[in-house]
Amino acid sequence: MTVATMTDWSRVKPQPNWLARLFDYKPFLVFMCLLPACGLLLVFLTYPLGLGIWLSFTDTKIGSAGKFIGLDNFEYLLEDPQFWGAVFYSVFYTAVATFGKFALGLWLALLLNNHVPFKSLLRAIILLPWIVPTVLSALAFWWLYDPQFSIFSYVAVDVLHIRSKPFDFLSTTWPARWSLIAANIWRGIPFVAISLLAGLQTISPSLYEAALLDGSTAWQRFRFITFPLLLPILAIVMTFSIIFTFTDFQLVYAITRGGPLNSTHLMATLAFQRGISGGELGEGAAIAVAMIPFLVGATLFSYFALARRKWQQGEAND
Amino acid sequence: MTDATAAETPSKATVTPDQMAWESRTRRLVTIYLPLALFVIVLLFPFYWMTITSFKPNAELYDYKKYNPFWIGSPTLSHIKHLLFETAYPRWLMVTMGVAICSTTLSLFSSVLAAYAIQRLRFRGSQYVGLAIYLAYLVPPSILFIPLATTIYQLGLFDSPLALILTYPTFLVPFSTWLLIGYFKSIPYELEECALIDGATRLQILRRITLPLAVPGLISAGIFSFTLSWNEFIYALAFIQSSEKKTVSVAILTELVSGDVYQWGSLMAGSLLGSLPVAIFYSFFVDYYVSSLTGAVKE
Repeated sequence: MTVATMTDWSRVKPQPNWLARLFDYKPFLVFMCLLPACGLLLVFLTYPLGLGIWLSFTDTKIGSAGKFIGLDNFEYLLEDPQFWGAVFYSVFYTAVATFGKFALGLWLALLLNNHVPFKSLLRAIILLPWIVPTVLSALAFWWLYDPQFSIFSYVAVDVLHIRSKPFDFLSTTWPARWSLIAANIWRGIPFVAISLLAGLQTISPSLYEAALLDGSTAWQRFRFITFPLLLPILAIVMTFSIIFTFTDFQLVYAITRGGPLNSTHLMATLAFQRGISGGELGEGAAIAVAMIPFLVGATLFSYFALARRKWQQGEAND
Repeated sequence: MTDATAAETPSKATVTPDQMAWESRTRRLVTIYLPLALFVIVLLFPFYWMTITSFKPNAELYDYKKYNPFWIGSPTLSHIKHLLFETAYPRWLMVTMGVAICSTTLSLFSSVLAAYAIQRLRFRGSQYVGLAIYLAYLVPPSILFIPLATTIYQLGLFDSPLALILTYPTFLVPFSTWLLIGYFKSIPYELEECALIDGATRLQILRRITLPLAVPGLISAGIFSFTLSWNEFIYALAFIQSSEKKTVSVAILTELVSGDVYQWGSLMAGSLLGSLPVAIFYSFFVDYYVSSLTGAVKE
């Protein structure tokens, strides 16, 4: 009886309620923390990716559920010259634009790596083409490429008198292709230049000093110091650049919509035209799925060919 | 590598004498400043042209012979007025702004939690989850939009801005998560251990210690997400149908471009106004933006 009435004088520890305790239980906390990100990615990325592959084997149209038709979509595409045209132009567009972007971007990065006044301002200005929505700058290019009022034509014809008639940027096959590539290079230079500049700044100046003492030429310093040390970053930037150039959609859709005569269709714009505008979801999905091998190939190439060279880890060449 | 350099160096290296000051200055001018100026001109010219077009009266716009095309004779606001009062442009701006803000918030929230779990809670297999999220960044929207359109349709979200808010995180979350993992890595773990000893719960640690220290990372991820969702095009084009719910870039291309005669003045004014919010937003945080761009590449 005495025991029952005895009071416990020690301070009562504040017991966290069950909810707080649950959130301090690590497995549950890990699950809760990963839930939003993984949930979003699973529902809107992984599931559609699988669904896309499934759709490419069906004859789904907008408004009617499709049934499984095996490889029919792909067989149809294999005999479709428009599809092969899009494949060709996608590869060509990616190859030429990537080369242009990296050549010019590397040059710009090397220029910016010197001591120049207003460097941070310059860097900010140079990034502008990358910040501004692609479609809006594409519209500006469309206007610059206007058949009648292009400023380039005006300068060439009426100021410099080097041509007798205006440029024909977008109305025939090859000029249209090159014009789009030029716009893509213009938009891609800033990203390449700024990323490579960051890589350049991590190269220790003492290497250059040592090379100078050895009497190296500027080309040798670039070839044997700058380039090898830049290669890891170059590989990553190139992977991204190739992936996003190959799957480009906005520039082409805004400027030519695949014309003239479907000669500037990229695989993405062709997939849109067939899948969404034309309503043939299955066929559009097949075109989109056909992009995957190219993307995997490009990624593996830039990853293994450029990024994983042994000497980068300080080991000998072999 | 150093051996290779040494071997390649010519033995009779000609040591160039110190050049005279004026000579090296002209040399610098030709090899550095001139190309740099050319780059800046080429990169900025489309914007200059966009700006100048949106303030030119139509008479000047289509007559280069009479008026100097590179300057504005009598600036006019008529294109902008037309845009703001005779089209749904303000409405499109609002939609774009709303979508960008909501999807940025959503993806920041989920990537903070995910990055914290991967970097700090260190469960078994956490690096594989990190790698999987990184790989998600390599899946471009162009191969996803067709199946996503059917998914969106099944979920009953077709033609609703909510569809955009929910799908944009697919490319925002992977990027932000990777950026934030890098930032969390740079915060000393000891701080969290101290708090753990003091009896703080994990969520308190995240809120009171890790997050305040990771503010620069949060800002970088936020700006990047905002500009990316402002620039997004293909999902907005595929998922939104009614005119008043379109985002700026889609609306300009599908609503303003009509007929055979393009209203270049208002088109360019629309592009200019659509670019300004991101450009202004960006100019406040250039350094964060550059650091996030380069940080993500280096990760």
